[in-house]
Amino acid sequence: MQNIMKAENFPTKPASPGVQIKERRAADTTKIFEKEASRHTVGDFTVPDPRLTTRHVNVFYGDKQAIFDVNLDIAKTEVIALIGPSGCGKSTYLRCLNRMNDTIEICRVEGEIKLDEVDIYHDDIDPVVLRARVGMVFQKPNPFPKSIFDNVAYGPRIHGLTSSKSELEEIVEKALKRAGLWNEVKDRLDQPGTGLSGGQQQRLCIARAIAVNPEVLLMDEPCSALDPIATATIEQLIDELSRRYSIVIVTHSMQQAARVSHRTAYFHLGKLIEVGKTSQIFTNPRHPLTEDYITGRFG
Amino acid sequence: MQTSTLILLLAALSFFAYYLGVAKAKAVSSGHVRNLHSLPRYYGYYTALWCILPALLLLVVWLIFDDTLISQLVIASLPPEIQQLPEEQLGLFMNQIRNLVYNEAFSSSDDPVARAAAEHYRFLKHLSQRCLFVIALACAIAGLSWARHHISPKLRARNRVEKLLEFFLIASSTIAILTTIGIVLSVLFEALRFFKLVPVTEFLFGLHWSPQMAIRPDQVGSSGAFGFIPLLTGTLLIAAIAMIVAAPIGLLAAIYLSEFASRKIRTVAKPMLEVLAGIPTVVYGFFAALVVAPFLRELGAAIGVPISSESALGAGLVMGIMIIPFVSSLSDDVINAVPQSLRDGSYGLGATQAETITQIIIPAALPGIVGGLLLAISRAIGETMIVVMAAGLTANLTLNPLQSVTTITAQIVGLLVGDQEFDSPKTLAAFALGLVLFLITLALNVLALHIVRKYREQYE
Amino acid sequence: MNNEITTAELIAGTVKKRRAREKRLKLYGIAAVVAGVILVVILMASIVSLGYKAFWQSFIALDINFDPEVIAPGGIRDPDTLRQADYGLLVKRALKELFPDIRNRRQKRALYRLVSVGAPDVLRKMVMKDPDLIGTVKTVWLPAHSDVDMFMKGYINPDEPESQRRLKDFQLAWIQRLIHENRLEKRFNSLFFLSGDSREPELAGILGALMGSIYTIIITLLLSFPLAVAAAIYLEEFAPKKNFWVDLIEVNINNLAAIPSIVFGLLGLAVFLGFFGLPRSTPLVGGLVLALRTMPIIIIASRSALKAVPPWIRQAALGIGASKMQMITDHVLPLALPGMLTGTIIGLAQALGETAPLLMIGMVAFVVDIPKSFLDPATVLPVQIYLWADSAERGFVEKSAAAIIVLLLFMLIMNALAIVLRKRFERRW
Repeated sequence: MQNIMKAENFPTKPASPGVQIKERRAADTTKIFEKEASRHTVGDFTVPDPRLTTRHVNVFYGDKQAIFDVNLDIAKTEVIALIGPSGCGKSTYLRCLNRMNDTIEICRVEGEIKLDEVDIYHDDIDPVVLRARVGMVFQKPNPFPKSIFDNVAYGPRIHGLTSSKSELEEIVEKALKRAGLWNEVKDRLDQPGTGLSGGQQQRLCIARAIAVNPEVLLMDEPCSALDPIATATIEQLIDELSRRYSIVIVTHSMQQAARVSHRTAYFHLGKLIEVGKTSQIFTNPRHPLTEDYITGRFG
Repeated sequence: MQTSTLILLLAALSFFAYYLGVAKAKAVSSGHVRNLHSLPRYYGYYTALWCILPALLLLVVWLIFDDTLISQLVIASLPPEIQQLPEEQLGLFMNQIRNLVYNEAFSSSDDPVARAAAEHYRFLKHLSQRCLFVIALACAIAGLSWARHHISPKLRARNRVEKLLEFFLIASSTIAILTTIGIVLSVLFEALRFFKLVPVTEFLFGLHWSPQMAIRPDQVGSSGAFGFIPLLTGTLLIAAIAMIVAAPIGLLAAIYLSEFASRKIRTVAKPMLEVLAGIPTVVYGFFAALVVAPFLRELGAAIGVPISSESALGAGLVMGIMIIPFVSSLSDDVINAVPQSLRDGSYGLGATQAETITQIIIPAALPGIVGGLLLAISRAIGETMIVVMAAGLTANLTLNPLQSVTTITAQIVGLLVGDQEFDSPKTLAAFALGLVLFLITLALNVLALHIVRKYREQYE
Repeated sequence: MNNEITTAELIAGTVKKRRAREKRLKLYGIAAVVAGVILVVILMASIVSLGYKAFWQSFIALDINFDPEVIAPGGIRDPDTLRQADYGLLVKRALKELFPDIRNRRQKRALYRLVSVGAPDVLRKMVMKDPDLIGTVKTVWLPAHSDVDMFMKGYINPDEPESQRRLKDFQLAWIQRLIHENRLEKRFNSLFFLSGDSREPELAGILGALMGSIYTIIITLLLSFPLAVAAAIYLEEFAPKKNFWVDLIEVNINNLAAIPSIVFGLLGLAVFLGFFGLPRSTPLVGGLVLALRTMPIIIIASRSALKAVPPWIRQAALGIGASKMQMITDHVLPLALPGMLTGTIIGLAQALGETAPLLMIGMVAFVVDIPKSFLDPATVLPVQIYLWADSAERGFVEKSAAAIIVLLLFMLIMNALAIVLRKRFERRW
């Protein structure tokens, strides 16, 4: 109980007089809209012909609740950005979509998450198969300490997707091409992936994820460890990939969300506050919390 | 006993000196402590250190040299015919005298010369102690008054005390180097004397080891007596058996505990394995000699295979048990050092835990694991008590684990325990073995530590 | 789109096999852990089962007539007379009285051997303590001979052929009679905790070795703790980074922590005994050797304790004008001390169990007297265990296992102390 109290109170704790006013205001509005937000997210969270549907998702870490009753649909080919202040639960929510939270012992997920009409938390669903369909790219580029080729070939290999070496080489080449990395690395496929620059590493990780041919790509702040030029390359890549995949991207940067996404969802303290077309969210936010966030009152 | 009284007295005096220093500092501060350069207590430390340190230094030097000096004086006072004895016999005679002085009850010598010398010795010893007492105290008091005299508001007492403390810190950190130098010199020196008696090539490539025979003068250095190869093979055989037991169990246990086990199991099972690490080796030796060896012998008898009661298998198995926690905790450390992001990356692609472990984590942790295994081998090679108690002393050149073999460490103990002659090839051979053991383990350790260090740097 | 569905199906087809492989690896892991735990249990169980009986020992009740003619002829009761009296005769008389029909000299000797050779000593101590016993008759429980004790503990099988037994049929008959008359029973073995080593298993105790261990560990603690902490402070707080000497020291420390302990024994033999001429077999030298052995361990632990103190504590102290030394003594050291102490206790527990280096410096001597200072010849618990385990007599093996139990208890206490210390003062920044 104490933990919950602390977690709830912490963000409203005044740090300095200047901040106090803004925070107080944020806290007040939280209270006003708390009930409403938990039941009704502002904006339409449904889409026609969704790839993923999530309903009444609650996530707990031990006794502490991290996600409160989130409802959201994800379309077959779109980029949806999840934004919000740090600790708002956007990454936690993202990790529910391919059951990465399973690896955390104390984490518990409630609610219904459906991929193509099938509940992914159903007993019959093996997370191994799920994760092959819902790929993930992480905040920090994490190439395996193997060669570039082996990094990309790792997924197809463990899943037994190919029967011959040439087939595997074809897949690796295709994935690297789609990730826009082929021209840079085609002459040094046998060199370690860890030797690439940060932006190249992240694109390698993207290539690694799409080599398995997933349906959904989850991206957890994929550019936060990169310089602006590498970021631009990745953003362009995301735009290209969105023609084939559903992409859910968590981002810290509102500009990035505005640049790459079709729809944007704003999370606050574990709740989905508002969702809508990116243009609408950034130009005409309906919820005061969203407005405060995108106008930079806090974050 | 007088020495401890003296030390206590010096300690008390320096305590007193502290207060004198503080008082003097306050006295010269003209009423305000802030007029002083340092806080009053630093003047106290300053005085106390001046009081005790020179006196202690004197004490140590005195204690190191007084015995040699007294011995020289006693020898000088001995009748000339004894003085002219060869060095070894003279040494024995002096030992006899020392025995007379220190353990009256045990010595049975009736030699009047020895008794007289012992009396002289005792007299000198007494005199030396008295002198030490007086001089050390005088030194302490002189230091105290000198320091007290010099206390003035300008004296940078804190800086001086801190300088001394820093010097002490530096000196302490060099002890590691001094220890290594001490080890190298002590084994090298004696080993070189050994190699004068037995050629190095003989020692390194000889296939027979039977130091007992070399006592006979005609056999010193004769062929075959000090061949080191059977010891090396014995050592490696037992270490290999130990690693065959410890490496898979330790590694798999580490993998299970760090990757599969729930937190609850981890908190129970990890300390259980660590219990094995805390058990003294003599206990393993006991277990090997009195539980495992008889069990193996009977097992062998039951299935019709003769197993020696000092078999390499028994010693190796128990040594393996001893090393399990060593391997598992080192592997656990390196496996945990593999960043979580690599696991996430692998799981995110849909790999199972087994695939993640065998294809990502183990390859990534491999250098660390290899380093850990090398350290474990070094430990197995240097392990002494298990082999002393459960392996044999006869050097068989065999790779059959059911037979009795001996090891380097077991031979060192066998050669040095009980035997008191310091210059026989037997004793010197122990130091030569010590040198080899030191070099082997040093090489393994340096290599292993280097690998582990490089590995850690990679993920830090 | 078609392609994607086949991908998922393709994976679903092989998943069962992959999961089975995963389960197998997990099972191997569980098997390894279970094997480790079982080995701990076997080790402990076999030692306890071999040793627990040593805490009880067979005693024989004899009606001792403290005959003034034997103890103090002519009524002189000065301590010297009392000390030198022939108490063995009293024991023999009491035994003869119990078994009056034994005349054969061989049998008589066998009869006297039922009681330990230490029995007269027990009577001597009784009389010296209370001279008024002289002239009285009293039933005294005297330690039985080790063979009798072994029989009582079931280590001698009466069904074996007589020639293979250490006790013959007629001796067994006497023992049966003594048991029947309630004159032979197992009692708590206080001798084991109160006496030094002995040639007779029934008289051997661990006090000598225990005191030797305590003296040795005190020397080890006094030398290794301050020096190791000082070295750690220098290396963590003062030493320049990336300096040749500092690197050399570091390599040395790590290497010394992994060098076989017997090499330290050789160092002690050559340097402390050979060069400095310190007395052999003494706790002083043992402590010196173990201090060198333990220092690297404490240095490593102390350094990680210092590393765990966050840098902002140092910056804060320096920021208000403390000197570097004041920052360390007043702020860093108090925070790192629990970690250092934990490392020290673990290092000392290790030193307490160390055997091999002490063999090198002569702490294997047979020492009956209980050491009273750092300069008395002594042995230590692990060496005592080694000596007893090496002995051929069954009675000593039991003592050895019992000594192990005592040693492990001490180590358990030290480790528990370390854990408590760590839990109590653990800080997360």
